[in-house]
This record gives sequence, structure tokens and C-alpha cells, in this order.
Amino acid sequence: MSFLGNLSLDAIPFHEPILVFTMSVIAIAGLIIAGLITKYKKWGVLWRDWITSVDHKRLGVMYILLALIMLFRGFSDAIMMRAQLALATSGAPGYLPPEHYDQIFTAHGVIMIIFMAMPFMIGLMNIVLPLQIGARDVAFPFLNNLSFWFTASGAILINLSLVFGEFAKTGWVAYPPLSELTFSPGVGVDYYIWALQISGLGTLLTAVNFLVTVFKMRAPGMTLMKMPIFTWACTWANILIAASFPILTAVLAMLTLDRYLDFHFFTNAAGGNAMMYINLFWAWGHPEVYILVLPAFGIFSEIISTFAGKRLFGYKSMVYASGAISILGFIVWLHHFFTMGSSANVNAFFGVMTMVIAVPTGVKLFNWLFTIYRGRLRISVPVLWTLGFMITFTVGGMTGVLLAIPGADYVLHNSLFLIAHFHNTIIGGAVFGYLAGFVFWFPKAMGFKLNEKWGKASFWCWIIGFFVAFMPLYVLGFLGMTRRLNHTNNPDWNIWLYIAAGGAVIIMFGIISQAIQLFVSFRDREALDDTTGDPWNGHTLEWATSSPPQVYNFATIPHVDDIDAWTEAKEKGQAYQTKASYSPIHMPKNTSAGVFMAASLTAFCFAMIWHIWWLAVVGLVGAIAIFIKRCYTNDVDYYIQPDEIARTEAAYNSSGNKELNA
Amino acid sequence: MSTLSANLESANLDSVSHDDHAHAHDHHDTSGDTIFGFWLYLMTDCLLFASFFATYAVLFMNTAGGVSGKDIFELDFVAVETAALLISSITFGFAMIAAQGQKKALTLTWLFITFCLGAAFIGMEIYEFHHLIVHGNGPQQSAFLTSFFSLVGLHGLHVTAGLIWMTIMMIEVAKRGLGKPTVTRLSCLSLFWHFLDIVWICVFTVVYLMGAM
Amino acid sequence: MLIRNLCNIALASTVLALSGCKGGILDPKGQIGIDEKNLIIIATVLMLLVVVPVIVMTLYFAWKYRDTQNQEIYAPKWAHSNKIEAAVWAVPIVIVIILGVITWESTQELDPYKPIEGKGEHLTVEVVSLNWKWLFIYPEQGIATVNELVFPANVPVEYKITSESTMNSFFIPQLGSQIYSMAGMETKLHLIANEPGTFKGFSANYSGAGFTGMKFNAIATPTQADFDKWVTSVKANANNLTHANYVELAKASENNPVAYYGKVDDGLFHTIVMKYMQAHGDMNKKHHAMGEHGQMSKKHHEMAEHSMPSSHSQGEE
Repeated sequence: MSFLGNLSLDAIPFHEPILVFTMSVIAIAGLIIAGLITKYKKWGVLWRDWITSVDHKRLGVMYILLALIMLFRGFSDAIMMRAQLALATSGAPGYLPPEHYDQIFTAHGVIMIIFMAMPFMIGLMNIVLPLQIGARDVAFPFLNNLSFWFTASGAILINLSLVFGEFAKTGWVAYPPLSELTFSPGVGVDYYIWALQISGLGTLLTAVNFLVTVFKMRAPGMTLMKMPIFTWACTWANILIAASFPILTAVLAMLTLDRYLDFHFFTNAAGGNAMMYINLFWAWGHPEVYILVLPAFGIFSEIISTFAGKRLFGYKSMVYASGAISILGFIVWLHHFFTMGSSANVNAFFGVMTMVIAVPTGVKLFNWLFTIYRGRLRISVPVLWTLGFMITFTVGGMTGVLLAIPGADYVLHNSLFLIAHFHNTIIGGAVFGYLAGFVFWFPKAMGFKLNEKWGKASFWCWIIGFFVAFMPLYVLGFLGMTRRLNHTNNPDWNIWLYIAAGGAVIIMFGIISQAIQLFVSFRDREALDDTTGDPWNGHTLEWATSSPPQVYNFATIPHVDDIDAWTEAKEKGQAYQTKASYSPIHMPKNTSAGVFMAASLTAFCFAMIWHIWWLAVVGLVGAIAIFIKRCYTNDVDYYIQPDEIARTEAAYNSSGNKELNA
Repeated sequence: MSTLSANLESANLDSVSHDDHAHAHDHHDTSGDTIFGFWLYLMTDCLLFASFFATYAVLFMNTAGGVSGKDIFELDFVAVETAALLISSITFGFAMIAAQGQKKALTLTWLFITFCLGAAFIGMEIYEFHHLIVHGNGPQQSAFLTSFFSLVGLHGLHVTAGLIWMTIMMIEVAKRGLGKPTVTRLSCLSLFWHFLDIVWICVFTVVYLMGAM
Repeated sequence: MLIRNLCNIALASTVLALSGCKGGILDPKGQIGIDEKNLIIIATVLMLLVVVPVIVMTLYFAWKYRDTQNQEIYAPKWAHSNKIEAAVWAVPIVIVIILGVITWESTQELDPYKPIEGKGEHLTVEVVSLNWKWLFIYPEQGIATVNELVFPANVPVEYKITSESTMNSFFIPQLGSQIYSMAGMETKLHLIANEPGTFKGFSANYSGAGFTGMKFNAIATPTQADFDKWVTSVKANANNLTHANYVELAKASENNPVAYYGKVDDGLFHTIVMKYMQAHGDMNKKHHAMGEHGQMSKKHHEMAEHSMPSSHSQGEE
């Protein structure tokens, strides 16, 4: 065994022009960014105020930045796949050989779900949730920083696979026996395992952290049934994370043991049972989709009631409906494999259970409709996303119920109909929700609003592109095209494959519009400045502080008597009140322990992937040592003095009052 | 990895009790937060074990023509192992009573006794595993042995992590005494230790008793 | 947005009309497929009863209550109505109950393990998914083929399915249901072709590099006599599939051409299933736990016992 384990120069794919190109682009972009940071002397700021920050708002921003970068990566994969399938028709081989194409669709799935959607959702939750409940931070701020870096570690690992070795060629579900050593001898599946394992750990810690935050740190007067609806949605999602991610940890650990120590959990030989993997995987995987979509539902609820200028219709129904979805989400996993030969009764049970989920989901849709009813709906960008969601998601829900009928699934399973369906719900549900939340809360996090024109352009490109890209996939499903094909040879399919590729290009314009929107808004940030902290006439407490909020969030913790606490404060004339005196505020100090621990564990994971045993030991022991050292560090907190608070608050309150009087 | 991470988690939640001072001025019971957080973590850990139990239940018949539980379980030996762990739970209880009463020396004594019992448990488990492997019944032989070694080993890793944590806590108590953060940490470790006891009772029943029958 | 939406609906319906005549699952040629197509249509129509109003209401409400429209009633504090809430829970519940009943009954009816009634004796074909090709063994005829499946129209066929390596899914869209092929186990599927023709078949579960090429033609001959003639012609083939040849065949290969074997060793399929099965010990309990078919697990049980004496030596291979 050499010093670098199985890692050698051969592992770097110099022979793949596409990968060499990608690597050069990444290298050049990295150099440019590093150069800019050096030029403007921002390394210190970056380290002190961001990388080591324990402030939930900054961590939230970093999560979303990570999500956007990974959206770019995941979308590049998507457009490469669509291009391959548009070129490789009528028996043509296309430009991607199977060994490359198979990695791309695996990476696309893993990245979009684990490293785009999850960080986006968690980022929004980080920024908003503590503000909505009137807290100064989360329950365990250091842990929050650590969770972020674990997630980032997973993302780094998955991108390292571009440069060193390969990624899994198994599909994002990595079903054994295909993912076992016998059929996948390369390092691809190991990248998959360790990237998911470390980021899953981060996600699990986040859920525990936010559950304690919600249950223990709400502002006085805020009973559970007075919590803002987004907080409720996130809480249900966190309960789901806490209940389902350990199953993922377990199933990945088992696959690891199979691959590294020749165990027989899921092998063909020696009595292993691959069906057990499939069951456990979906026992996590199905709740996972509700983890993604419930917070998005919460975002839509907030947006629709804010921009309709109305209370949310049927708040209690909404809370119970989310709860019902969460619980039912755990007893439907078998619908992912109706075709595995279960008895008719078992299949029918899981089919009917799946349909039952349509009931609370339908209730939510109606509640949003009746929130608009007799309101004054301002058609802003977040509202466009919401309306687009309501239409798109309804279609996706319908095709979902169709797939839940085992008799229909027997012919639609694994077809492009299925692909269309889950993109219909994940893009139309979760991603539209996050993008809506992005525009909605952007001024809160950054202090200025986003440009409307480019926001609208982005929305229209996304929604039109979505329909153009995915409606053809429904058709192709009906025409009998199955998923993960490398090339096709059926003239009837060609036209639909071309249209779908065109749709992907339209979505690309949507993403470009968003990039332009960010640039233009940053350039015009003074004109778009949000001085009051309440740019949309909001309802809940995140709008009751400046934009961006002070590090302590609230100078004095508000008292809450109503779901729409901020609306109530404005109506009673309690908004923007300067207090005669403030008490000192005790805050946690930033720490580098999180990023160092995560770096150590990343080294451990990388070493495990390449069998560099000495580095694995160093990485693991290093992480534990840093951690223990952190436990015994006393200098972890500081006070903000009343005079400093008074100065900051006076400025914020005066601009708020000006706005109120105007 | 999973156990390791589990251990990290537990220690994490514990450590950030420092940060919780931040909220002390808002009449916030921070040690309560830590213990609640730790409880939540234990629930997630419980699900990790549940997944391994479920897998064991599915695979334990798949002996691949090799040994089954009946052939390899020695109940007398495991009973002694079990007794060591159960007694260690009681002695940890005494340690906690002593810690609440601010009796430093007594706390340390009980912690040390607990540690010895836990170490005895782990020692016996390692002996059992070693014995099985040298007799050609290692985890690579069949799905049954795979799931057996993994489930019991997962618990063993947790106990080992608990022992390391306990060592650190003994040093902390010896050096810093029984301040509030230290007692909070001890409470978390105590929860962890009792939790592992409960899991072991399930392992003993499901794996050994039902397997030997 | 309204216009685009109408376009979508229009597009979708044209699509349905178009695809009706293009060899997909909406163009079924077998009874199972026909039933499944009808099921899809009925369920879709039922759901459209809710979906269309929701989409229309979304657009209508958004237009009617837009903020530039000032003559509408504005009720900012109105957030609860027992009547509306009862209705919004009741409507989906009713639809789901109806769909639930349809689901329950159709699932029993279309159970892939259920033999097709009233069409006479089943022809048995044993299907093995290999990396990356399909092996079809005709135990009654004693022949085998690779990547070509032939059977008479209007005769029900019972497929016994297993895998040599990774998991695949055996699927002929125009005939209906698919089912997974898994190593060390046997799954079952019953299909019938209502008319003669050549239908596309393939693996519907990704299984590695050569997956795309795992295609075969499923040919329904017009009559039993045509089928018999085909069997005779295959039998004339000097190529035999023995246990030893099978090992060669099982080696990974892509885009395999069609191959015929005039003679097959008895019990080859059984050997393939048992290769891993003996390792499973007593499958009985597990399969009950997972809701597997009683019939199947019983069979496994017998097979497992049957193979016990040789299990040790095979396990070491």
C-alpha cells in the first residue's frame, strides 16, 4: 500500500476533455475570486465575520450561497443530460459515453436533493426562524456553525470526485447489488457514501438544534398555536429530519461495511438481502421529500398572506395538515417499489395511504386560495412564484396520485412519466418555494430589495421552461421510454426529446436572469435600500427589526399575543418604539472550531475513499481533539453594552417611524 | 462512522452549554436546553439502533449454511456481561446523587467504579468477538453474522465512546469541581449511559435470548 | 398565464390523442395493458374534477383580488369559516375515498402474480436478467433464446423471473405490468397479447453500463401453430445451453445480438435462482414479514431445504 493509498495520478481524468474543461473553469474562477478577495483585502473579513461566524443569519446566507453554487453544478449536469438525449436519438451515440453519463445523472440527483434543495431550505430556516420566534440566536450556535461546515464538507467531497477518480454510476438511490463492490469496484460509490454521510450528520444536528430552539426559546406569549406558519412548517420538517435521517445514517453505514469489510448486508452472496436496503433507503427517502416541501409550503403561506394583506386563512387547518403530511409521510415508502413483488394487499395499502396525503395537501391549496379571497393581492415576484407553484404543483400532485395506484404504477414505474412527476413536485413545489422565499427575505438578510424586472424575467423563464422541459417527459413516459437511458432509437420519441432540451435552455435563461438580478440589485443597492426593516408590510416578527438585523436580533425581546405579532404591534402603535434603557446583551463569540473540525473530517472521508489509512486516523483523531479542546475553551461569549444598543436602535426606529408617518 | 458521529453529536450538544450563557440574561434555563437537546439526540440514536434491529430481524435466518445463533451464543457469558452493564447503570446513579450533593470525591469514586464495569463489559464483548472470528465465524461468513456483529458492535462502539467521555468527565470533575456546566454534562452522560443500558436489554433479549432458544 | 395554461391543457390532450397510436402504454395490445390504460384514464378524469377547478380558481382569484382592483370587498381579518373549512376537507376526502376503492379493487385485479383467467393453460417462460441481456428459457419446450421472446397471441404466459447479477425490471409496455428481477429470488408476472405483433421489451431498472442495450423484441405469433413452428426451428439449432455454457453467457456483454439454443440443461433456471438462494437459509419468515406472496415463499422454503446438503460447498465457491 503506497503512501497515498489507491490515489495516483491515473485517478485524475486528463483523458476526458469535458472534465478537463470543467476543472480549468473551476480553477480560473477560483483564482479570480481569490484575487479579488486579496485585492480588496477581504480575507480577514471573510474569516472573522463569515467562516467562523455563529450568527444564524450569516450561516443562513452561507447555506444559500452553497445552494446556489450547487444549483449551478446540478443544472450543468441537467443540461448535459438533456443535450445527450437530444443528440443521441435514432441510434446515434451522442457525446457522452455511458461511464460518464451514468455519473452525471447520479450526481445530478444527489446534488439537487442533498446539496441544493436541503441547504437552500436550511438556509432560509436559519435566517428566518429565530427572528420569527423572537429569539436572539438558536439554542446551540456553535453547533449551527458546525452543521453548516459538515454540509459544505459533503459538497466539497462530491466536487472532488470531478478531479480525483469518479462519482457513483448507480443512480442517486445507489441500490445494491449494483452499488456493491462486485458491480461498482471504483471509488464512485465511496464518494457517494461519505458525502451523504457527513452532510446527513450536519442536517441531523441542525434539526436537533432548531427543535430545541423552537420548543425552548420562543418569545414570551408565543404559544405553539401562535407560532408563525413558516416556523410551524420548519418544525414539522425538523421532526421528520430527526426521525428519518438516522435511517439514512444506518443504511449508508451498512453499505460501507459491505464495501470496506466484506460484510453481507445487501450482497447477492452469503444471504445478503438487497430489498432491505431499498426499504430502509425509502424509509428515509420518502420523508425526505416532505422535508423539502413542507418549509416551501410555509413560505407560500407567509407570502400569500403578506401580499394579500390578510391573515392566513385556516391557520389551524394548515398546522394540522402539515402534521398529517409528516406522519403519513412515514407509512408510504413502499410506493417506490410496487413492482418488487409484494402482495396485492400490501401494495394496495401503501397506494391508498399515499393518496390520503393528497387530502391535507389539497386542504392547503384551498386555504391559500381563500387567503387571496377578499384580499388585496400585490402581484410581486414572490407572489408570481406562489401562483406559479399553485398551478404547477396541482398538476404534479395529480400525477403523483396516479402513480400511487399500483395498477398504473406497474406501467409508469421508472418511466420518464415518473421523472416528470417528481420534477413537477420538487421544482414546482420546493424550488419555486425557495426562490420565492429568496426574493421575499432577501431584503431582510442583505438590507436591500431585489430588482423586480429581472425577478419577473427569471420567473417567466423558469415556469415556461419548466413546462416545456417536463411536459414532454410525461408524454415520453406514456410512449414507454424508461429513465436513465444513455441513447434512444425510436423516431416517435425524438420530437419530445428535442422539446425537452429546449425547455432546459429556457430554464437556463431563468437562472441567468437570477444572476443578472443579483448583480443589478447589488449595483443599485442604495436605490433599493430597505431602511425600515419591513419592506412588504409584513405580519411576523422577522420584520420587527432592522434589515439586516443587528447581531442580537432584538434589543428587547418582544411580547407576543397574536399569530401576526408585527401586524398587531403596528396597529397598536407599538412598532418602532425606542426604550428608555436597555440591558446588556450576552452573545456567543465566533469560533474556528467548526470549520477546523469539518476540515479534519473531510480529510478523514477523503482518506477513507482512497484507502489512505494514516490520513484517516489523523483526520478522525484531529476532529475529536479539536472538539474536546472546544469543550474546554472558556472564552466563548461577550456582552454588548446598553449605550451601543441605544445608538443602533435609535437610528432604526427613526427611519421606521418616518416610513409609518409617510 | 455512525457511532463515532453519534458520539460527536452527544459531546457537541454538551459542549455548547457554554454558548447558552448567552441567554442567561433572558431568564432562560440553559441547562434545560442542553438536556432537552441531548434527549432529542438520544431519540435519533434510538432510530439508528432501530434500523439495525430491523435489519437483524430480516437477516438473522440467513446463515448461508453456516452457524446460527443457537450454535454460537453462550448465555452464561453474556449474562455476566449484562450484569456488569446493568450494575454500572446503578453506580452511575450513585455518582449523580453524589454530584447533586456536591460531593466531589464520592462522585469520582462512583464514576470510577462505573468506568471499570463498563470497561469489563467491553472487554468481554471484545473477547466474544475475537473468539468467534478465530473460530471462523467472523462477520464476513453470512448475513446473520454480519447483522449480529454490526448490531452488537454498534452498541459496543457507543459504550466505548461513553467510556472515553467518562474519562474526560472524571478529569473535568477532578480539576474543576462540580460547577453547574459540569453537572449538566454529567447529566447528559448519565442519560447516555442509561440509554445504552436499555438498548442492551433489547439486544440481550432479541439477539441472545431469542437466538439461543 | 391563463393563455399558457390553456395551451398546456390543449397540448396535453393532443398529446394523449397522438400517443394513442404510437406503441406506448396508451396503445396496449394485451388485456393487462388495456385494463391498466383504462385505470389511468378513469383516475385522471376523477382527479381533474378537483385539479381543474383549483387551477381556474387560482387564476380567477389572483385576477379578481389584485390590488389595483379596488371595488372588491377587502376583509383583512377574515381568516376562518367553518363552512369553507369543512368543504375543503370534505372535497378531497370524497375524491380520495372513491380513488381508494378503485385502487384497492384494481390492485387485486391486476396483481402481477395472479394467473389470467378464462384463457386456457399458461405457457411458462423463465426469464433471467444478465449483465446486460435477457435470457428466456422455455422449460416445456426445452429451448432458450437471448434477447428475443416469442409466444402465441391469445395464450396467457406465466413469466418466472430472476437475475444473475444486479436488479432489473422486466417490461413490455404494450402488454402491461413490469416486475423486478432480483438475484436469489423468483418473481412472477402474467401477461397476454390480444393480437399478434412485435412489441418492444426492455429493462426498466437501471443496472449499469450496458443497461441501455438491454432490449428485446417480444413477438406474439398469430397462432399456436406458428409458435410451434418457431420452436421447431429453434430446436434445429445445434447450439446448446448447458450449465457450463451458461457461465460463459453470464459474463458481462453489451448490445447482445439475438441467440437461440436448441437444447437447455434441465433445471438451469432453478440452479440460477438457487446459486444465491441457498445462502438465504429459511426465507419463509422474511417473506411473510415483507408481505411477499405466500405461494412464493413456500416455494423458496422448499427450494432452500432441497439444496441444504450442497449448500456448504456452493457457499465456498
